[in-house]
Amino acid sequence: MTEVKQRPAQGYWALALRKLMRNRSAMISVLVLVLIVLSCLSAPWYAKYVSHTNPFQSNLSGTIMRHGHAVEVLGAADNPLKLGIEPIGPSGRLGPYMLGADQQGRDVAARLLYGGQNSLLISSIAAIITLILAGLTGIIAGFFGGFIDAAITWALDALWAFPVFLLAISLSVVLIAHGLDIGPLRLDASSLALPISIIGIIYVPYVARPIRATVLTLRQSEFVLAAIGIGASPWRIVWRDILPNVISTIIVFAPLIIALNLLTEAALSFLSIGVQAPAASWGTIIHDGESLIYTRPLVAIAPGLLIVVTVIALNILGDGLRDALDPRAKLRL
Amino acid sequence: MIKRILLLALLLAGMATAQAAPAGYGGTLRMVTVSASGTFDPQVNYTLRYAQLFQMLYDGLVTFAKTGGPKSVTIVPDLATAVPVPTDHGLTYQFTLRTGVKFSNGQPVTTAAVVHSFRRLFKVNSPNAGTWYDVIVGGRRCLAHPRSCKLQGLVVDPATNSITFHLRHPDAEFLDQLALAFAAILPVNTPDHNMGTRPVPGTGTYMVKSYDPSTGLVMVRNPYFHQWSALAQPKGFPSVITYRFGLSAESQVTAVENGQYDWMYEDVPADRLNEIATKYTKQVHITPTNWTLYVPMNVNIPPFNNKDARLAVEYAMNRESTVKLAGGNRLAIPTCITLPPKMPGYSAYCPFTKNPGKHWSAPNWRLARHYMKKSGMIGQKVTVITSLQAPYRQIGVYTQDVLNRLGFKASVKAISPNIDFTYIQNTNNHVQISITDWAQDYPAPSDFLNVLYSCNSFHKGSDSSINISGFCDPAIDAEMSKAELFSLKHPNQADAMWSHIDHQITRRAVAVNLFSFERLDFVSARLRNFQFSGEFFFLPQLAKIKP
Repeated sequence: MTEVKQRPAQGYWALALRKLMRNRSAMISVLVLVLIVLSCLSAPWYAKYVSHTNPFQSNLSGTIMRHGHAVEVLGAADNPLKLGIEPIGPSGRLGPYMLGADQQGRDVAARLLYGGQNSLLISSIAAIITLILAGLTGIIAGFFGGFIDAAITWALDALWAFPVFLLAISLSVVLIAHGLDIGPLRLDASSLALPISIIGIIYVPYVARPIRATVLTLRQSEFVLAAIGIGASPWRIVWRDILPNVISTIIVFAPLIIALNLLTEAALSFLSIGVQAPAASWGTIIHDGESLIYTRPLVAIAPGLLIVVTVIALNILGDGLRDALDPRAKLRL
Repeated sequence: MIKRILLLALLLAGMATAQAAPAGYGGTLRMVTVSASGTFDPQVNYTLRYAQLFQMLYDGLVTFAKTGGPKSVTIVPDLATAVPVPTDHGLTYQFTLRTGVKFSNGQPVTTAAVVHSFRRLFKVNSPNAGTWYDVIVGGRRCLAHPRSCKLQGLVVDPATNSITFHLRHPDAEFLDQLALAFAAILPVNTPDHNMGTRPVPGTGTYMVKSYDPSTGLVMVRNPYFHQWSALAQPKGFPSVITYRFGLSAESQVTAVENGQYDWMYEDVPADRLNEIATKYTKQVHITPTNWTLYVPMNVNIPPFNNKDARLAVEYAMNRESTVKLAGGNRLAIPTCITLPPKMPGYSAYCPFTKNPGKHWSAPNWRLARHYMKKSGMIGQKVTVITSLQAPYRQIGVYTQDVLNRLGFKASVKAISPNIDFTYIQNTNNHVQISITDWAQDYPAPSDFLNVLYSCNSFHKGSDSSINISGFCDPAIDAEMSKAELFSLKHPNQADAMWSHIDHQITRRAVAVNLFSFERLDFVSARLRNFQFSGEFFFLPQLAKIKP
């Protein structure tokens, strides 16, 4: 008799990971994201050993050697009226000013890498804030119901009633102008914590409401009713029965919220109410490039392309995660 | 046969029409700008955008000559028959009103209209009622009680058409102030409130046919206008002038290139300069202006209440670099002093440079670091306030960079241009350093020095405190008053006095003067006879439109 070999039973997370790894698009996205993150982390090294410039310092009167000649970083345009100044163009090879200079004579490539650090940092930390706050409010509202649910739902509805960008812009204008000073909490106007907090808060209702809906369903499930029946404390039920069942939803949300945050940060920085100069983010670099769009379009296009690639990668990863963790989900994010 | 006769008749009719309209007259001049500029009341609006229109819609007793070149800053009689010489030690100005002039609604211009217009100036709270026109006897009372304003210092005689102004004290710039749109003569029944979007009839060569702040305005010929002085109010060449609102500067450039508009109000964006200078060379006009960009430092709060800290910034700022941010040497001239090169009293001087003398040459980082160390302000937090507009934002970022290199902990805050100018004036906002500009109201040195640095221009907690540095030295104020009085009789000597005052203020390092602007006008290929006035800039009525 042949013995039937039984595969050892796989846990939920191991199964999900296997599913995710079999998803080719999701894996390519992960690869792209890792590449972008590693490139951005290499910014200080790039500035020191490749571009040999300080990307946060204006270099309006500087010169560099190109093809054996000293060239002004910001030189007079070549026209009969001697009108206008043009930043040096892309050199096309690894070295100083590979992607050219911006209006302050700074190396665009180096700023892109530093800008990426800020953009990714802000969008990731803001996403963590969003997911924690949304998870907490969604679970508490859904599980406890009654007045608590009504109050939280009302607050989330009120927050969601504001157009997201209008709310973000309003908060930014107020906070970027004077910083935040509430008792012991003091945040400087140029602190990255300000855009992080603003972006972290505005998307809470977007995530909290589907979590609440999931918890409302779970609340009526047999295993939760049984746990209540044997006298388990509410917090124990939340911790042991509810949270494990909503965590997959939260994980699915993570890359999508990071993508949304990336776009929001870029928009706020483009409007000069996000990351403050001389620090950079992809949004501020697009803003810097706006006034060079006819002469040096690469200054605005390069960060724009990076945002597009990162957001697409995050969205594909989000889809992959959803398929792996929650294949029956009707929710399309 | 009949066809031939008809054709001949049409040809003859055409020739007759052509003879009726002298060469250059006729056509529609199409102007474009980004937005409207608030109220259309000439006694209230304080913008160049509308001053440019008001000069062809309204007249005062005197005006600046409506012509291009140096003559454009001379005062000529307008509704008055002559420019008077002040009598009674500069306290009395007597004019005679022209006869036969009518407003665009058909009403005659009378001495009663003159009285009504000057009283109205106080009743509508004209922006300069309290700084310029309160010099007229009774002006102070009108400021305090505008509803019952009588303005006793303005005396008229309808029988002889004489108009006499009695002043509280001699004022060398009284005629300059009368030549601006605030002192326009309006119909006697013009309501005593800000007219907002309802244009008031005027005596100019054109009248407003329609005005919508969201889309634009149309000006047509004033049917009651006859030319009494080609210098004061010339008969305009275009039959119709349209002004479209709502296009960004980038779009304006494209529209003018394509011939959809003939002239754009906004500055040509830096990234389009090379394009227009290469492909549209003949359509570009560059003219010097009395318009300067400077960086006021608040002398009343740290760290710039310390003169050494201010000197450090003065020596470190690279004027040539900021000129690059403004579009290069053709559009900006580096400077160290307040008065622009074309202003009376200008005398080149620059102590804050590598080789001190007349002109700026290079930053002096050795002295900058010396003064920074001496000031003890290393590590102090500084916020640079600037407008979001180019080149102000870019200059703000550069200034922040310089401050950081000096040892400050600098940040830059770029705010909307709509609020920037009032925000930096109000002491409640604790602005330490800012990027701003100043353009002349009229070509007099006091319009820069007295306005920007006198004690009277500094008002704590007010949005209208144009002395942004908060600098106040009674000794310099006294010298300015003396120079103003002197300019009544000895203008050349007064210019030397103003020059001395300018250099004194420069040495006090209360603001980093960076450069004075040259104005670039970009016009369509069909626009001819471009004329630039030192006072009103482009003169639309003198432009000829090629059909």
